[in-house]
Amino acid sequence: MKKNYDVIVVGAGPAGSMAARYAAVQGVSVLMLEKDRDVGYPVRCGEAISKAGVEEFIAPDEKFIASHVWNFSMTSPDGTEVTIPLEQEGYVLERRIFDYELAKSAANEGAEILTRAYVYDLILEDNRVAGVKYEYRGEKHEAYAKVVIAADGVESRVGRWAGLKTHIHFSDMECCVQYTVSNLKVDPNTVYFYFGSHVAPHGYFWVFSKGATTANIGLGISGTVGKKRSALSFLQEFMEKHHPEASVLTQIAGGVPCSITLEKISAPGIMLAGDAARQVNPLSGGGIASGMIGGSIAGRIAGESVKMNKPDHILSYDKAWADRLGKRHETFDRIKNGIYNFSDEKFNSIAHSFAKVSPDKRTLGNLFRTALFNNPSLLIDVAKVFLK
Amino acid sequence: MSEKKLRMAKNAKLMIDILPDKCDFCGCCVGVCPDDAIELKEAEIYIIDERCTNCAKCVWSCPIEVIKFNKDGVYEK
Ligand SMILES: Cc1cc2nc3c(=O)[nH]c(=O)nc-3n(C[C@H](O)[C@H](O)[C@H](O)COP(=O)(O)OP(=O)(O)OC[C@H]3O[C@@H](n4cnc5c(N)ncnc54)[C@H](O)[C@@H]3O)c2cc1C
Repeated sequence: MKKNYDVIVVGAGPAGSMAARYAAVQGVSVLMLEKDRDVGYPVRCGEAISKAGVEEFIAPDEKFIASHVWNFSMTSPDGTEVTIPLEQEGYVLERRIFDYELAKSAANEGAEILTRAYVYDLILEDNRVAGVKYEYRGEKHEAYAKVVIAADGVESRVGRWAGLKTHIHFSDMECCVQYTVSNLKVDPNTVYFYFGSHVAPHGYFWVFSKGATTANIGLGISGTVGKKRSALSFLQEFMEKHHPEASVLTQIAGGVPCSITLEKISAPGIMLAGDAARQVNPLSGGGIASGMIGGSIAGRIAGESVKMNKPDHILSYDKAWADRLGKRHETFDRIKNGIYNFSDEKFNSIAHSFAKVSPDKRTLGNLFRTALFNNPSLLIDVAKVFLK
Repeated sequence: MSEKKLRMAKNAKLMIDILPDKCDFCGCCVGVCPDDAIELKEAEIYIIDERCTNCAKCVWSCPIEVIKFNKDGVYEK
């Protein structure tokens, strides 16, 4: 097995594949290591994304689009539902195919990919990361690289071995469980969100349609809530109440780090991307698009650094990410913390106000504005969120 | 037992068990572990005894209740 590469990427999720592709496209040698047998499986994701989020990296293709989303529905704790047409199309993906296509796009630029390759340590030399140690089909191997990109997802252990503080405070971890179910009736073009202390305190509950009879149904709650009650118990209760007829095709668990980006996402010889760098949008918990963006920036800069023979160039990644999305995520995080503290009554009053808006005037922006005009106290909350 | 008391129990017996048969290997616990004390492979998981401080963050963050206090641990909700 080859022992030297310019760039080694750990993890073949959306962030890893884009890092591998954007490095490889510059003609540098790239190896991507994935611990699981298959890229894209198991799918630990609700699979919702905006069309624009996909298009930046890959041409939308029906083979990985389970449904086209045009409406956003929000149900408040007292059961008031408001539906809002989206100005921009969204998708619910088939990530087992989508992630595969992303990895293929990296391979097509020349990146080598190994699956069932578990990275268990880093090679450190002269205070910098110089490569990785990995197990591949029962045998131990070492490989050296000028840059290691850790895109190892929520676990984020690789960064830790390089001395970066990557562990997530458990109050920022959205602890999730999701069923993919069939035999239920949903509008195939709507994503449904449910809020409130009885469905998903400090988080939200989602129903993302994958066609007219299939959907991803799940929720996330903060680790603080998990102290008292598990995500699974909320899901079971919801299913019994709302969809007793549904059959469960898959159950998955997962964690979404919902916080601002890590203070440092690069250090000599190493860069972090995707969930491992905490590049998830902390308000929505969406991390597919932002992970691809983070990965692509990391890969581009890693490739440039190799070609210019300037190892320190990788340290410019932190700022490049902050300018593209990191700073915006700081605002989203403040809003998230505000919404976390909304009472059920507040969610209800927002839904009631918005239900009065005529259907043709319903936009997500208007939802925010209506909520503010009709709930002066909310204005103070949002102001607090922005001014903090 | 409060978080702090559990931490003071460092060097005490390992108080936490992961039930591997029920685990989904999702990595939530690994992400919140401040001591890098959980090893997770494709379908294999265990606590690294000498690193674990019984802080219990993994117990609270497990979405499907497969990390539990064992008979040496005390768990009050
Ligand atoms: C229940 C749930 C629902 C979600 N819903 C949505 C949604 O609707 N929309 C959205 O945009 N986002 C959603 N997210 C978030 C989204 O799934 C992640 O943000 C996204 O997958 C992050 O991509 P990534 O490449 O950083 O990490 P991942 O996709 O997690 O990929 C990391 C990869 O690294 C591998 N790996 C880890 N450690 C090692 C190692 N030591 N050696 C080798 N390989 C390793 C893993 O096996 C994995 O394949 C959801 C998450 C969860 C848990």
